[in-house]
Amino acid sequence: MSGERKGERYFHSVTLDRESCRGCITCVKRCPTEAIRVRDGKARILKERCIDCGECIRVCPHHAKRAITDHLDQWDRFQYKIALPPPSLYGQFHNLDDVDTVLEGLRAMGFDDVFEVSQAAELVSDATRKLMSEGLLPRTVISSACPAVLRLIQVRFPQLLENVLPLHAPVELAARMAKRRAALRTGLSPEKIGAIFITPCPAKVTAAKSPLGSGHSDIDLVVSVSEVYPRLLSAMNRDGASDSSLSHSGRIGIDWGRSGGEAAATLHEKYLAADGIENVIRILEAMEDEKLHGLEFIELNACSAGCVGGVLNIENPYVAATRLKRLGRYRAVSCNHIGDRIPPQAKWDQDLSPRPVMRLDPNPLKAMEMLGQMEEIEKKLYGLDCGSCGAPSCRALAEDIVRGHSTEDACIYVLKDKLELVMERMMSLNLSGSAPRYRQKNREKTDPLKEEKP
Amino acid sequence: MSNSLHYTYHVPGDDFTRAGEASGAVKSALKKLGLSPEVIRKVAISMYEGEINMVIHAGGGEIDVDIFPHQVVMVLRDQGPGIPDVAKAMEEGWSTATEQVRNLGFGAGMGLPNMKKYSDEMEIDSTVGVGTTVTMKVNL
Repeated sequence: MSGERKGERYFHSVTLDRESCRGCITCVKRCPTEAIRVRDGKARILKERCIDCGECIRVCPHHAKRAITDHLDQWDRFQYKIALPPPSLYGQFHNLDDVDTVLEGLRAMGFDDVFEVSQAAELVSDATRKLMSEGLLPRTVISSACPAVLRLIQVRFPQLLENVLPLHAPVELAARMAKRRAALRTGLSPEKIGAIFITPCPAKVTAAKSPLGSGHSDIDLVVSVSEVYPRLLSAMNRDGASDSSLSHSGRIGIDWGRSGGEAAATLHEKYLAADGIENVIRILEAMEDEKLHGLEFIELNACSAGCVGGVLNIENPYVAATRLKRLGRYRAVSCNHIGDRIPPQAKWDQDLSPRPVMRLDPNPLKAMEMLGQMEEIEKKLYGLDCGSCGAPSCRALAEDIVRGHSTEDACIYVLKDKLELVMERMMSLNLSGSAPRYRQKNREKTDPLKEEKP
Repeated sequence: MSNSLHYTYHVPGDDFTRAGEASGAVKSALKKLGLSPEVIRKVAISMYEGEINMVIHAGGGEIDVDIFPHQVVMVLRDQGPGIPDVAKAMEEGWSTATEQVRNLGFGAGMGLPNMKKYSDEMEIDSTVGVGTTVTMKVNL
């Protein structure tokens, strides 16, 4: 995979295509972690802050933000190829009556096996119910399924990490189960078996390459829905008689593809489901301030409408969500159950650690001094949050200046003021004689053009 | 550079939808300092409750916040009706909030008790007909 290097601290799926970027500030303004700046006319992603939510891909008018994914031609290195289709994929097709049509299509396009992510989702739901009923979880549980939300919590709401459900996202569990099953069936060694996830979003690419809650992911390749879609569409046989036994998931598993599905599957009444990154942030803020009462489960999806809203999908999120609702009808509530104990491969083997990238300095005294400087600088700026400097707000520019990444002159209004002063001085120049020495000296003290040391 | 940061907020009394903005701003400033989540939570909640009280009962007021290396000091001043019986007001569940405010999920009688619970020191100076000043301190 291009862009990935062993030992690199932050792998990111979301990247910039410099050629296409015009340096407008659309993405800068919308980034939920203030991770983008325009410098020298091009957007730059601050790697330590980016959570791969894909908002910038969604909003970029010039398609300069892209998701790095794997590609189907990389599957040649596997002898046995397993497709992992997420439930959101089923919402991408017009007039689809049966999920099996998609699963058969995946086989027809060359996969040896298919393992539905919705099956694993039902197991995660069952495990969640078990953990909740045994009182083994904190009072309000936050879903761990959306990797962009997990990274957002690490960066902006570290104290809420303890509320996160310590279970893998369904796709990871699906990969583990699928590979184990394939090894038993074929007798092949694990490295010859490829678990290939068809992803709706860049956050899940990052989660496979740089896993959360584990040091290792069983997902071998992550390809985008948009790449698979045309090939799958032509491989799908809609009229053919299907053996209609490929799908092994119920309504709960299918509903995981849209917002509210996972929460409803807890079978608890006191739940909340929020979708869209701005709404997610509002909920996390409220939770942090203990303004949410009586809730037992909180489902959060970075994309509007849930995984059907992922930027690598084809269909409008709300249309796709409606289709999932229809596909879930007349299905068993759930077809997958964990039995007496939670499968070990469903549990995290590593805690999620905070990533305090927002703080100004590790030393609180130094941070206080910097915050004080930030306030002073912010007062001098105009508060228009115009973004012309390349930062999302005047406050963010003040922070960049204090961190040594920018200067006041990046603000075009401050610069304009300075230029006007230069003009005034030029106009008042008396070219017929020179000013007495002592006056120049006095003037130097208030010279606005002189470099100010903050 | 002095070793404290000072913030002043005007809390408008006529717009309930803006209540909580001041404590939100302080919270985001404290996050920049990399303080412990526990300390941030204590400041954010105690100040939020005080701010809400100002809006519900006192028609708004002013909040001064000083961040010192060892402590955050919040002083909330209003020219509201004052609290006739401070001890009574400190009881959990005691509330004089209107039905309208309760419908929004406020006025459960936990405001002052939470302010006391989440701050390390709290002092209330209230005169009926003149106003109330609450000083809260949270140690870092």
